[in-house]
Amino acid sequence: MSSIEIKDIWQIYDSRVVLEKISLNIEQGSFVSIVGPSGCGKTTLLRMLMSEEFCTRGSILLDGIPLPAEPTLERGVVFQRYSVFPHLTVLGNVLLPMELKASRWLGKLLGPKRYNAKEEARAMLEHVGLRHAADFYPAQLSGGMQQRLALAQALMAKPRVLLLDEPFSALDPGTRADIHVLTKRLWEETKMTIVMVTHDISEAFRLGTRVIVLERPTPDDPTKGARITHDIPVRPRAKDKKGAA
Amino acid sequence: MRLINRHPGKHGARLLAVVPFIALIVLYLTASAVRHAANPMDKLLPTLSQMASAVNLMAFTQDMATGDYLMLTDTLSSLQRLIEGLVISIGISFVIGIAVGMLPYLRKLCVPFIAAFSMVPPLAILPILFIIAGIGETAKVTLIVIGTAPFMIRDLIMRVEEMPKAQLIKAQTLGASSWQMALRVVVPQMLPRLIDSLRLSLGPAWIYLISAEAIAAQDGLGYRIFLVRRYFAMDVIIPYVIWITLLAFIFDVSLRLTQRYAFPWFAGAKSQ
Ligand SMILES: Nc1ncnc2c1ncn2[C@@H]1O[C@H](COP(=O)(O)OP(=O)(O)OP(=O)(O)O)[C@@H](O)[C@H]1O
Ligand SMILES: [Mg+2]
Repeated sequence: MSSIEIKDIWQIYDSRVVLEKISLNIEQGSFVSIVGPSGCGKTTLLRMLMSEEFCTRGSILLDGIPLPAEPTLERGVVFQRYSVFPHLTVLGNVLLPMELKASRWLGKLLGPKRYNAKEEARAMLEHVGLRHAADFYPAQLSGGMQQRLALAQALMAKPRVLLLDEPFSALDPGTRADIHVLTKRLWEETKMTIVMVTHDISEAFRLGTRVIVLERPTPDDPTKGARITHDIPVRPRAKDKKGAA
Repeated sequence: MRLINRHPGKHGARLLAVVPFIALIVLYLTASAVRHAANPMDKLLPTLSQMASAVNLMAFTQDMATGDYLMLTDTLSSLQRLIEGLVISIGISFVIGIAVGMLPYLRKLCVPFIAAFSMVPPLAILPILFIIAGIGETAKVTLIVIGTAPFMIRDLIMRVEEMPKAQLIKAQTLGASSWQMALRVVVPQMLPRLIDSLRLSLGPAWIYLISAEAIAAQDGLGYRIFLVRRYFAMDVIIPYVIWITLLAFIFDVSLRLTQRYAFPWFAGAKSQ
C-alpha cells in the first residue's frame, strides 16, 4: 500500500518544462529526501504536494484519492522561513492548531479547555526543548529555535504527511545536527510520512529512508524538464518491520 | 572618518534636535521686533505679549455673548469631528481592507473601483456634500471619511496581500477556515499596521477638517482661524496654528506608543 502516488506529472510554465514525467510512489511512514541542483523544480514538486501549485499534466493521489485543491490538515508543512506566526508567542503558536480545531467561530479556547490545551502545548514544547521560551515571540528566537517551533506547531495538527522545504538550510552546522536528531525522533514517534527537499546531500542520506535525485538532462534546453535520475533506498524504517508483519 | 560614520553623542543629538526650533523662534522674534520698531501698530508679526493676551482672551476669558471659553469649544468641536470621521474611516477601511485583501473575488470586484474612487479630489465634492447633507456636522465628518478612507483601504489591502504567502498556507495546513484565518492570523497582524496607516492619515484628516470648517461652521479651530483672518488677527491665528500642530503631534505620539505597547511583537517582526 502506498501513501502518496505521483502519477506521471508534468509542470510547464510558459512553455518552459520544469518537471517532466515524474512518477513516484511514497510508502506510508517513509522519509523521502529530494535533492537536485538549484532551479530543477524541487520546491515546485513540494508545492504541488501541498496543493499550492497544480501540475499541468498527471495526478497525485493520497491514499488512492486525488489531492484536494487546497492545503488541508493531513499535510503539514515547514518552510525555510516564515513558518510560524510572528504575532503569537511560542506557546500561542503551538496552541493555535488545537484552538482552530476546537473553536470553529472564535478560533480561540477559553477557560478550563484553554488550560488543558496549554498543558498539552507545554508538553510538546518540552519535547522539542522550547519550554523555557514559551512566552517569547518568534522574532526573539534564534533560527534553530524557530524551526523547532515550526516542527512542533506542524506536529500539533497531527498530519499524516509532513512536507519540508529546506527547513534547516539557514542553520549553522551545530544547530543543524541537533535538529536532525529531533526530526528523526519525532518522525520515529509518529507514523508520519515525511517528504523533505534539501540542498545538503549528507542531510538527505542521514535522515531519509530513500533519496530521490531530480535533474534536468540538459539544463539549457527548455523543452526537457527535470526527471528522477536516481532513486536510492537508504534504509527501511526501523519500526516498519514489526508493522508490516 | 567618513561623514556617514560620524554620530553625535547623546547630548549632541538632543541639542541638534532643538536647534531648528530655537532658530525659528529667534528668527521670528527678531523679525517681529524689527517690524514693531518701525511701526508699533504692526499686525503681521505680533509680539509674544500680544499673542499672550490674545490667548488669554480666547482661552481663559468667557465669551461675552455665549459665556463659553472659545478656544475650548473650538477645540472640542474640532476634535469631535476629527475623531468621528477617523473612527468611521477606520471601521470601514478595516473591514473592507481585510475582506478585499483576502478574497480574490472581492479583489476583482473592488480594487479597480477603489482605485478610481480614491482619485476623486475630496474637496471638489465638498459642495456636493453640502448640498446633500446640508452644512451641518454630517458633511464635515463625511469629508474626513472620504478624504482618508480610500487611502487606508488601499494601504490595508496592500498590507494583507504583502503577508508572506507561506503563512496563509501554513494556517490552512493547521486546519484554519477562511474565517479563522481572518480572525487569528490576518486581523491581529493588521492591527498594528492599521495604526501606521492612521498615523499617515492624520495629516490629510486635519486638512479636510479645517477646510470644511473654514467654509461652513459655527465653531471649530478652522472656523476661528478663517474668521479672525478678516481682522488680520495674527495674534490669534499663530497660537491657534501652534495649538493645532501640538494636538496633531500628541495624536501621533500616542498612536506610536499604543502600537509599541499593545503589539510588542511588531517591531521585531518588522525588522526580520
Ligand atoms: N510560478 C512560477 N511561474 C513560472 N516559473 C516558475 C514558477 N515557479 C517556479 N518556476 C520556475 O521553475 C523552476 C524550478 O523552481 P523551483 O523553485 O521548484 O526550484 P528548486 O529546485 O526548488 O530550486 P532551489 O533549490 O534553488 O530552491 C525555476 O526555473 C523557476 O524559475
Ligand atoms: Mg526550492
